[in-house]
Amino acid sequence: MISYNFDYKVASSMEEAFSMLAEAGDDASFIAGGHSVVPAMKLRLSEPSTLIDISKVPGMSDISQDGDTVTIGGLVTHAEVASSDVVNNACPGLAECAGVIGDPQVRNKGTMGGNVAHADPGSDYPGALVAFGATICLASASGSREVSAEDYFTGLFETAKEDDEMVTAVKVPASSASAYAKFPNPASRYAVVGVGVSLNMNGGSCESASVGVTGAADHAYRASGSESALAGSDLGDDALDAAASAAADGQDMMSDLAASADYRAHLCGVMLKRAVAAAKARA
Amino acid sequence: MGKLVGQPIKRVEDNRFIKGEGKYTDDFNMPNQTFAVYVRSPHAHAKINSVDTSAAEAMDGVVKVFTGQDIADAGLAGSICGWQVDFKNGDTMKEPPHPIMVADKVRHVGDPVAMVIAEDKYTARDAAELVNVDYDVLGAIVDPKAAVEDGAAQVHDDVPNNTIYDWELGDSAATDAAFENAHHVTSLSYHNQKLVPNAIEPRAALAHYDANEDKYTLYSTSQNPHLARLVIGAFVLAIPEHKLRVISPDVGGGFGSKIFVYNDECGCLWASKQIGRPVKWTADRSEAFITDCHGRDHVTDAQMAFDADGNITGLRTKTYASMGAYLSNFSTCVPTYLHGTLMQGLYTTPAVHVDVTAVVTNTVPVDAYRGAGRPEATYSIERLMDTAAREMGMDPTELRRKNFIPAFDGVEQPGYQTQVALQYDSGDYETNMDKALQVADYESLKATRDKAKSEGRLVGIGFSTFIEACGIAPSAVVGSLGARVGLYDAASIRVHPTGKVTIHSGAHAHGQGHETTFAQVVADAFGIGMDDVNVIHGDTENVPFGMGTYGSRSLAVCGSAIMKSVDKVKEKGARIAAHKLECSPDDLEFANGAWTVKGTDKSVGFGDVALTAYVPHDYPADEEPGLDFASFYDPANFVYPFGTHICVVEVDKDTGEVDVTKYVAVDDCGNVINPMIVDGQVHGGVAQGIGQALYEGAVYDDDGQLLNGSMLDYTMPRADNFPMFETDKTETPCPHNPLGVKGIGEAGTIASTPAVVNAVMDALSDYGVKDLQMPLTPERVWSAMNSNGNA
Ligand SMILES: Cc1cc2nc3c(=O)[nH]c(=O)nc-3n(C[C@H](O)[C@H](O)[C@H](O)COP(=O)(O)OP(=O)(O)OC[C@H]3O[C@@H](n4cnc5c(N)ncnc54)[C@H](O)[C@@H]3O)c2cc1C
Repeated sequence: MISYNFDYKVASSMEEAFSMLAEAGDDASFIAGGHSVVPAMKLRLSEPSTLIDISKVPGMSDISQDGDTVTIGGLVTHAEVASSDVVNNACPGLAECAGVIGDPQVRNKGTMGGNVAHADPGSDYPGALVAFGATICLASASGSREVSAEDYFTGLFETAKEDDEMVTAVKVPASSASAYAKFPNPASRYAVVGVGVSLNMNGGSCESASVGVTGAADHAYRASGSESALAGSDLGDDALDAAASAAADGQDMMSDLAASADYRAHLCGVMLKRAVAAAKARA
Repeated sequence: MGKLVGQPIKRVEDNRFIKGEGKYTDDFNMPNQTFAVYVRSPHAHAKINSVDTSAAEAMDGVVKVFTGQDIADAGLAGSICGWQVDFKNGDTMKEPPHPIMVADKVRHVGDPVAMVIAEDKYTARDAAELVNVDYDVLGAIVDPKAAVEDGAAQVHDDVPNNTIYDWELGDSAATDAAFENAHHVTSLSYHNQKLVPNAIEPRAALAHYDANEDKYTLYSTSQNPHLARLVIGAFVLAIPEHKLRVISPDVGGGFGSKIFVYNDECGCLWASKQIGRPVKWTADRSEAFITDCHGRDHVTDAQMAFDADGNITGLRTKTYASMGAYLSNFSTCVPTYLHGTLMQGLYTTPAVHVDVTAVVTNTVPVDAYRGAGRPEATYSIERLMDTAAREMGMDPTELRRKNFIPAFDGVEQPGYQTQVALQYDSGDYETNMDKALQVADYESLKATRDKAKSEGRLVGIGFSTFIEACGIAPSAVVGSLGARVGLYDAASIRVHPTGKVTIHSGAHAHGQGHETTFAQVVADAFGIGMDDVNVIHGDTENVPFGMGTYGSRSLAVCGSAIMKSVDKVKEKGARIAAHKLECSPDDLEFANGAWTVKGTDKSVGFGDVALTAYVPHDYPADEEPGLDFASFYDPANFVYPFGTHICVVEVDKDTGEVDVTKYVAVDDCGNVINPMIVDGQVHGGVAQGIGQALYEGAVYDDDGQLLNGSMLDYTMPRADNFPMFETDKTETPCPHNPLGVKGIGEAGTIASTPAVVNAVMDALSDYGVKDLQMPLTPERVWSAMNSNGNA
């Protein structure tokens, strides 16, 4: 497991990271936690000419809350999200999601920005971020912009992010009735299917729901059919069944050694029900 | 039980392992060493048109590139098969050549075609990609049963229908008659799937040819350095024994996969002489997946016949066993003498017939993997038992109770002769099962299961009462069955002048804890402390010619050699003590570290005697100085550990996931030297067996590509897949070896796989699922549950 040769540079500021990237050219890549980029390099599936280490860039390592919005810096690790009081209170579904990523080593090194930038179809965060209506904050040498999570994830390892952009943070609206349920790949422990659910409850009835699904298709998507089935219901069996059977609607299910397309579609429904039950219990 | 024997002494070797200070092959370096990388076939079956090494050779830092043609030009044969199993009609087994690197055609993904040697490993790796091999891709054969069919791709030109041999054991006519008269017949068909061993340390070699001494040294990840020296010296490279030293330092797990003498390591030795520099090679994980010998890969039909009372009247199996693309050292004996001979299990089955066809396929070679043949046999028997009990409406424990061989100790009562060639040494199977039922509290388990089922939850209980043959093996017996080696072991005991002791062990430790158990045995025998004993293993120039560690043999065979040396030390020690005490050796007894004149308080200590042996001033006239003895031990029989494993699972109705909620293992491995180490062996073995039942399995496509050749896709079991294992034991001593021990290294793996699958089938008993193929992945379980109109 020996990678191709590469250069390694450490950026001490965002500006320096951008200029290093511009200087190093097309084949350069940022490295944050290294838990997606290094495995691919070891297998010689990717060969960056230069790795620009952004893990020392200041200003991207905090979790903060401003009113109803939680901001998670691009360098915040999965373990930090999972154990953050702010996140657990404001958006327990997101903390739950971070807590089931990989294993402790992965969670201690892997970062929010890296996960979102890499956009592995089996990544957990995308399902949660789409469900919870998050915004991805991007910056480049020429300025910054924000993209909704739903618009951000566009395909297999493809996002709305330009190559010269950095994920500086994600903003997540508070949602106490939120949850994330995952069916892990038994080997890699990535999501075969992961479903994030956020409920807007009024007493026993669900005024609106938002549902994000990861792992099932080539990128995370919002299951709007499921959302409509839940909205206005009392989350009884009929509504849950309808929501579950709509969870894969209109999506091209992936098929691999861990799950065929049919089984994946079925799992979308099962995980949806589990996430709804957990979210409801938090309402 | 002695002061140390029988105690859960902490493993002395763990001090260095836990601190990360073990020294493995890759940790050794030599001045001026080079680094090798093999260029391996990306195709399962392809003709090689040409190999262009020019770009690689032109790269800075590349020392030399060798190809399969260089090996052919050197006239080197390659590794050998160590066990001849002939066809039923007497025709000789087919033995296709297995060259160190191939020149004509590749036969599995990973087959080496060239070797790049460079100044550093990074250059070697980069240069390997520049070797340009032009292939004509051929159709591949993967399925062991389809391999014999006309029209299947032919792996080797001179192996028609890919058939290496066909073989049978037992009385076919009597067995068929039993089936004709049967009241009930239970049948199963299954693929005991191909497993990747995945030892944590990949294979490695550091090879050096010293021209001044005309001598080779090989550091290597071997479970048996003397066997490696024998095979490499006598067969692969024709090096006289005294000119080849094999050192097997700390080895990070083998599970069988490091028994074998691989061509890769031999290639390094050969290359070292060609370039006049040491050559180091360390496999990476991806390479391990496609070059370490895999395990299992049996396609089997198995049937059991019963009379109206539930007595087994016959058992027959037909197996197609894949050898992979080439015959690895012991590949041929695994589906035959390690499999067919175990088919009686621990039942009185009066008629047994086993039929095996061994085939080559375009897959990684298959050889012994923890249990080797015995897990496959146990899987057949024990799956049939639980299935039959369900079909006949009997409790699985009652069905077993009816059919157990009655207790025999092998001393008062003779050993038990089976229908399939073995004579069991001693056993008390019913007592063992009863103990397990008590430990598991079977009655309340059943109540819990039934209550869960009434609530719509899917809980199941599975059994496996198993026996294995280990302590491999009486040389004359295995020789008569086709083995090309003896299977004795050897050990010497060197008592130093101050009474400290070094054991030189022929068995090699790579996880088994020999440095602890062997020391416990010897320290107790001499009445000294653990700290006074040291164990040396793994170097052909430092230890006697032992055959190594596999087949749960180290304690039973090498431990017996140790005891023979202990006896020799004690006999000579007694003569020296008698001289000092001015009496006859017959007047002495040895206890608590001293020889004492019986009935007196006159005694002389072990250390005194040792010192006298090395400073022989006042010494018996006709006695040699020194206290140092080597012994060889060739076992009289195999040893036959047995046990009862009980598994409880809950199946998730919605996803098909199987959760192992309780696991009870009551093993009988004869006398126990260190219960903690025995527990550890059982834990690891059970984990591996559950791995096969639920998670593992090499998946090939029709082109022979291994689809799950990485840890991202190949599911290894992990700690969080398991409950706390509950272990207990019965102790039925082995009657024919000095320690009364039977071996425990493989028991957990052998027992657990069918117990888990049986438990899942019990959980699904209301779903009309006939059977499930391993691994029982969530999707397979869920699909089966939902394919019989049982959604
Ligand atoms: C064994 C294992 C198991 C895993 N299991 C899971 C799992 O269950 N669920 C899951 O979601 N993930 C899993 N992962 C992936 C893990 O979450 C990664 O840490 C994460 O996807 C990438 O984050 P990183 O900080 O490690 O990124 P890196 O590996 O450093 O970088 C990944 C990519 O993102 C780019 N990048 C990094 N940071 C930024 C940034 N701030 N802005 C722009 N680009 C950036 C890099 O250039 C690179 O292309 C697993 C990884 C491993 C090794």
